[in-house]
Amino acid sequence: MSVDLGLSPDQESIAELFDGFFTNEAPPAVARAAEPLGFDRDLWTKVIELGAPGMGSAPENGGGGASLGDLVVVAETVGRSIAPIPLVDHLAALSLLTDEDLISGESIAGVAVRRADANGVWSLVPTGAVANVVIGIDGDETVVVRSTPPMSGPRNHGSMPIADRSAREGTRIVLGPASLFDVVLDRWKLLTAASLVGIADAAKELGVAYVKEREQFGVPVGSFQAVQHGLADLPVAIDGGRLLTHKAAWALDTVTDGLIDWANNDITDGPALATMALLFAADAAVMATDRSLHYHGGYGFAEEYDIQMYYRRARGWSLILDDPTTVSLSLADRLFGPVEG
Amino acid sequence: MDFSLSPEVVEFRDEIRSIVREFVTPEIADRMHTTGVFDAPELNLELGRRGILERACPGLGKGDPIEMYVMFNELEKAGAPYDGLAVALMIAAVVNKLGTDEQKERIIPSIISGEALVCMGYSEADFGSDVASIKTRAVKDGDEWVINGSKMWTTLAQVAEWLILLTRTDLDLPKHKGLTMFILPMNTPGITVEPVHTLGTEVTNATWYDDVRVGDEAVLGGENNGWRTMTTVLAFERGVMGGTNAGVPLLRHFHEWAVANGVFDEPTTRERMARSVIDMQVATLLTMRSAWIAASGGMPGLEGSMTKVFAVEAYQRASRWTQATAGPAGLLQFHEEGAAGEGFVEYDARHSPVMSIYGGTTEINRNNIAERHLGLPKSR
Ligand SMILES: Cc1cc2nc3c(=O)[nH]c(=O)nc-3n(C[C@H](O)[C@H](O)[C@H](O)COP(=O)(O)OP(=O)(O)OC[C@H]3O[C@@H](n4cnc5c(N)ncnc54)[C@H](O)[C@@H]3O)c2cc1C
Repeated sequence: MSVDLGLSPDQESIAELFDGFFTNEAPPAVARAAEPLGFDRDLWTKVIELGAPGMGSAPENGGGGASLGDLVVVAETVGRSIAPIPLVDHLAALSLLTDEDLISGESIAGVAVRRADANGVWSLVPTGAVANVVIGIDGDETVVVRSTPPMSGPRNHGSMPIADRSAREGTRIVLGPASLFDVVLDRWKLLTAASLVGIADAAKELGVAYVKEREQFGVPVGSFQAVQHGLADLPVAIDGGRLLTHKAAWALDTVTDGLIDWANNDITDGPALATMALLFAADAAVMATDRSLHYHGGYGFAEEYDIQMYYRRARGWSLILDDPTTVSLSLADRLFGPVEG
Repeated sequence: MDFSLSPEVVEFRDEIRSIVREFVTPEIADRMHTTGVFDAPELNLELGRRGILERACPGLGKGDPIEMYVMFNELEKAGAPYDGLAVALMIAAVVNKLGTDEQKERIIPSIISGEALVCMGYSEADFGSDVASIKTRAVKDGDEWVINGSKMWTTLAQVAEWLILLTRTDLDLPKHKGLTMFILPMNTPGITVEPVHTLGTEVTNATWYDDVRVGDEAVLGGENNGWRTMTTVLAFERGVMGGTNAGVPLLRHFHEWAVANGVFDEPTTRERMARSVIDMQVATLLTMRSAWIAASGGMPGLEGSMTKVFAVEAYQRASRWTQATAGPAGLLQFHEEGAAGEGFVEYDARHSPVMSIYGGTTEINRNNIAERHLGLPKSR
């Protein structure tokens, strides 16, 4: 039969393992305690024991040989728990890096999602505060730089370990032309999309649980239709985002020379799908956190409640790449061809 | 997950594409907008003649179960008038699932050959969303049933051979329990059809039933079991049988016009277009999921609601921005000089509102998701 839109038995076990792990080891209190830096070394050490950092790397390099579909499942659990570890970026960076200390997770790899400026500075690298190794574009080359992480950075909306990093100072290796980096960025978009689906899903759960408990006018606020309808849109966006993310993983994993036949809605081009997934999942996470926060009433605005942490990360994790209009326009170039002249 | 179609299904899809190229001509599209009948008999017959309808009909076991989705998706993307076919095939599937052997033999061949259409009489003037409260009565008289009442929005009644009719058979039972579904020929004496014209050029109907007499052979799915038959229909209807990728031909028509008129290089247009392409992908993936669940033997009722809510709003968004971006040219109708997207931009702005109304409104679908997926208390 054609088409299988369920998780494989392996993926079901991966989801169960990681969801269970994060539920135990990284409840929201852990993310809260790790603010503002957004990094918990102990949690990273425990994740190393699960073999997560090298999961997607080739077995001959000591990795787990997991498919992108498997990594998507893991990234979604990271989003669901907003675990303060740089796993998504690390997994993306490792699409080109095979160093033993990175595959083991002993050292952390980060992705400079925007190219270096004229002075060779990668600004606001998403996990720049904690990464030992950063991969990105400098000039017209893909380079990887090993240097000491600052372990601090600008305080930010998403409590992310972001920091500027030099593309030139430290041990620098030129990997190849700038285009080589595409595979890293595609994977970063894909896994970030999956983690945003996870954020949206957790925000939905928080909102639904709250409106079932909270009573006004003598009934749960979740019995009001306006509230119900606002929440009913969330599983739709979440399922849509999850399907699109898995389709992108499937395409990146198995399709070469994919189709971009948008006029027939036939798209199997992995890079296009990864960007589409990121844009869609970012919207889903923003909508889910907006609505969930809103249906908490005033408590949603209180620092004490967890929904505000999801709200900030929904924006932080996606906007760190660029503004969505710019991302959409780059997608438009891929879908429709560049603007002529 | 695996999103690939098997070689057989790809071949099936390509065959449909080639039929579509031959049969879905501009004249056919024109005819649907002048007659208000969203159906192309010659297309149905060709699909029937080639065995494609039989292959695609769920439950007949002739092809890969995903093929029904593939077929309607292709027809919809091509802008073919397929509404008649969709209803007919859906009812064939329901007859196959719930009907007696005698009904299957009598009814299904006429549908999968592409000859007969079916119209659906559920809604009444006073009962739409609350369709379980309908008043049309069927009363037992000896071996016969006598049906009296009226229906509203009986689309395709002017051309259909069969009618599937929801009636009340027991006044004492709770409203969902006292219903019975019938399937009967439209030429049964006592049925009157009056046209109802719409904003989207489709002509639907009001229908009246005066002492319409049928035997037990017309009962579909059992006496007082009409609600179960209804939910079976709706599970097929919402999101598997097309109606979820209507924005695709619109984007194509708009794009042609925008490129020709130098509008397509505008960043705003490109951004909106890219966003709509994403929406269309998500809509088709949600549809595919419903189809996959149905193909794996499940009933995608809830997933169908989710698909419909999303797909309809995505189409409406696309319709809104394409018309706005086209400006005055987006106001011009078919065959008018300078009409954006050859008039489709204007047409879709008239057609898209109905999508969140028929087949269960968006509010009814949200209720369904809130109650059955999120587990929130019933709000009514
Ligand atoms: C072009 C067209 C073709 C159609 N074809 C057919 C057909 O072939 N066969 C057939 O049987 N029917 C058909 N219908 C009927 C269609 O299914 C109904 O229009 C639909 O179910 C809505 O019912 P209604 O029109 O009575 O609206 P109402 O039920 O009166 O709804 C009015 C408004 O109130 C909202 N509303 C109602 N109940 C609730 C609630 N519980 N919670 C929140 N909001 C609510 C609705 O969402 C809607 O916005 C067709 C309709 C159209 C327009």
